[in-house]
Amino acid sequence: MGEKVGLFVTCLVDFFRPSVGFAAVKLLEAGGCTVEVPPAQTCCGQPAYNSGDRRDAQALARQTIDAFESYPHIVVPSGSCAGMISRHYPDLLKDDAVYAPRAAALAARTYELVAFLTHVLKLDRLPVPARYRARITYHDSCSALRELGIEAEPRRYLANVDGVELTELPDRQSCCGFGGTFCVKYPEISTRMVEAKTAAIAASGADTVCSADLGCLLNIAGRLRREGRRIKARHIAEVLTGASDAPAIGEARD
Amino acid sequence: MQATSHAFKENAHRALRDPDLQAALAKMRHGSVVRRASAILRLPEFEALRDQGRAIKDHVLANLDFYLTCFEERVTTAGGFVHWAADAEAARTIVLDICRKAGARTVTKGKSMIGEEIAINEHLALHGITPVETDLGEYIIQLRNEPPSHLIAPAIHLTKEQIATSFRTAHQDLDPARPLGDPAALLAEARGQLRERFLAADVGITGANFLIAETGSTVIVTNEGNGDLTQTLPRVHVVLASLEKVVPTLEDASTILRLLARSATGQEFSVYTTFSTGPRRKGDLDGPDEFHVVLLDNGRSRMLGTEFQDMLRCIRCGACLNHCPIYQAVGGHAYGWVYTGPMGAVLTPAIIGIEEAGHLPNASTFCGRCESVCPMRIPLPKMMRHWREREFERHLQPARMRLALKAWAFLARRPGLYRLAAWMGATLLGRAGRGSGAFGSLPLAAGWTATRDMPAPEGKTFHALWRARSP
Repeated sequence: MGEKVGLFVTCLVDFFRPSVGFAAVKLLEAGGCTVEVPPAQTCCGQPAYNSGDRRDAQALARQTIDAFESYPHIVVPSGSCAGMISRHYPDLLKDDAVYAPRAAALAARTYELVAFLTHVLKLDRLPVPARYRARITYHDSCSALRELGIEAEPRRYLANVDGVELTELPDRQSCCGFGGTFCVKYPEISTRMVEAKTAAIAASGADTVCSADLGCLLNIAGRLRREGRRIKARHIAEVLTGASDAPAIGEARD
Repeated sequence: MQATSHAFKENAHRALRDPDLQAALAKMRHGSVVRRASAILRLPEFEALRDQGRAIKDHVLANLDFYLTCFEERVTTAGGFVHWAADAEAARTIVLDICRKAGARTVTKGKSMIGEEIAINEHLALHGITPVETDLGEYIIQLRNEPPSHLIAPAIHLTKEQIATSFRTAHQDLDPARPLGDPAALLAEARGQLRERFLAADVGITGANFLIAETGSTVIVTNEGNGDLTQTLPRVHVVLASLEKVVPTLEDASTILRLLARSATGQEFSVYTTFSTGPRRKGDLDGPDEFHVVLLDNGRSRMLGTEFQDMLRCIRCGACLNHCPIYQAVGGHAYGWVYTGPMGAVLTPAIIGIEEAGHLPNASTFCGRCESVCPMRIPLPKMMRHWREREFERHLQPARMRLALKAWAFLARRPGLYRLAAWMGATLLGRAGRGSGAFGSLPLAAGWTATRDMPAPEGKTFHALWRARSP
């Protein structure tokens, strides 16, 4: 049997779009992994961490470490939550004699989904052939791009999907304005940022935007819809598994 | 200046609706990013230089007392004076005193953020001394009685049409019909106005990009040459600098200079890089008779040894502003004080207090682009988060937000209960949103739904479905 993986579903995927979690499972299983979903997981703690509530963030970090440290690999279908575990947990728990080494150990084994397929499973091509007819642009989430350095990996797999034509966004390194609680704390500025992003998406000529982070996608899809643009928003795991029949993010299900 | 950082939201609201500002910002947005990127492409060792620059500054900050004392000794040996100012008030008093002793009526000024920080212009004017800004951008905003909106481009918030209008209002003695549509015409007019002021000035005040401990030199970088005229022509030269500007050697300064202009404007080097060491010596052709350096602390020494120490590596290049999506959207004035953008979001609370400036470190998505371009590798998002932690500890955030966070954390720390709540929420919202796929408005989420739809959940949680799938 192949690699054993603990899937950190993320609270957004769990709540909004479980199909992304199942798409991730499909990719991992096709790549030869045994996937388990520890039931004691909730959220990585970012909302608390980024709001200055260090104590609750630490409690959630410990909870996540307890739930996942028995797995050789932890895979997360989100750059943001993967970044939280792999880049921030060690710092968050650095003064905790018991958890500091455990946080560091977990951090070293935690991967964003696409990065895991590339760097651990070393898959040059998608593990299952996928077909998705669309002109797609990939939105780099800030955490995947700058915190985790993921840039070429998703594009390589997207190019590998039958029927996908890739197109790049102008000013693709810029933030979409989601920023967790930022989007509700500073909605006007957040709106200006997402407007710039949806305009860039439209200018790219894409009919589908995909990303590794559901937070960005909810923001972008919500704005695209409000603007009346018929551009679909999907998580990259959906595209990589060819899930073109299911409604895109924010689309009616009837 | 009177801080309005507490009104950041209102300031931002106005900024987003100001067509002139938005036109000016749109113009700078793209250019500054591209210019920096292409300058760095031409310098393969740029990343290694960043590491060196950081190491130099870290070393200085760990030995700040030593290098400042060295610097003071060298300045004194060269015949200059060093004045230590604990805060803005002390610095103002020192500068006014120097100006009075010199019998000054007109003071020319090179660009200085410390000058802005201590509001020296207002203070001099209040005491009957006329300060004249000689940097073009600073000259423009002085005419308009505005603070700078950018570290290195203080008038970046203005269109050239607005500047032309200000010139017509200020320069009443000139032909009202003169053409001012061309930036070159504006520049020529400002130059004409400034020439006689340079000659009339009794004291010249400049900032400093570096203080060099081994030589007692101060260094300024400019593109207009106004700094040189400001510091060489008057009888007295006053340098305003904050403590952390000191570097050990000339070599160290040149290492950081290689980073500075590239990060700031995409130039390899600024047009003028000027070193000043003491007053005019016997046989020197020009230079001031008196040379003073005012070393300002104003909260900086309090940052040493704290989670904010790294901020003192900042060399004021403005790269973090240029790449910040928040700054790009609202410009500098929304930040409500002297320092703007990501560097201001960290530094301003340290100087004027988190009570006044609490919004600044909160108004960030932590997109990390600032840190990725900072030549000194300052972890700006991390330090903004530290400010949020200080706020949280002191209960400074809005009670509603705190309560919501606490309720959420209560659930998130109880996986069984959390799953139940998530299941209920997803089921409820999933059903309600099934037909349309998204919500146009949602109670408690007005900040979101005012301008964007909220995609509806699929209706079942992953965990519920996973349990059903597992044997």
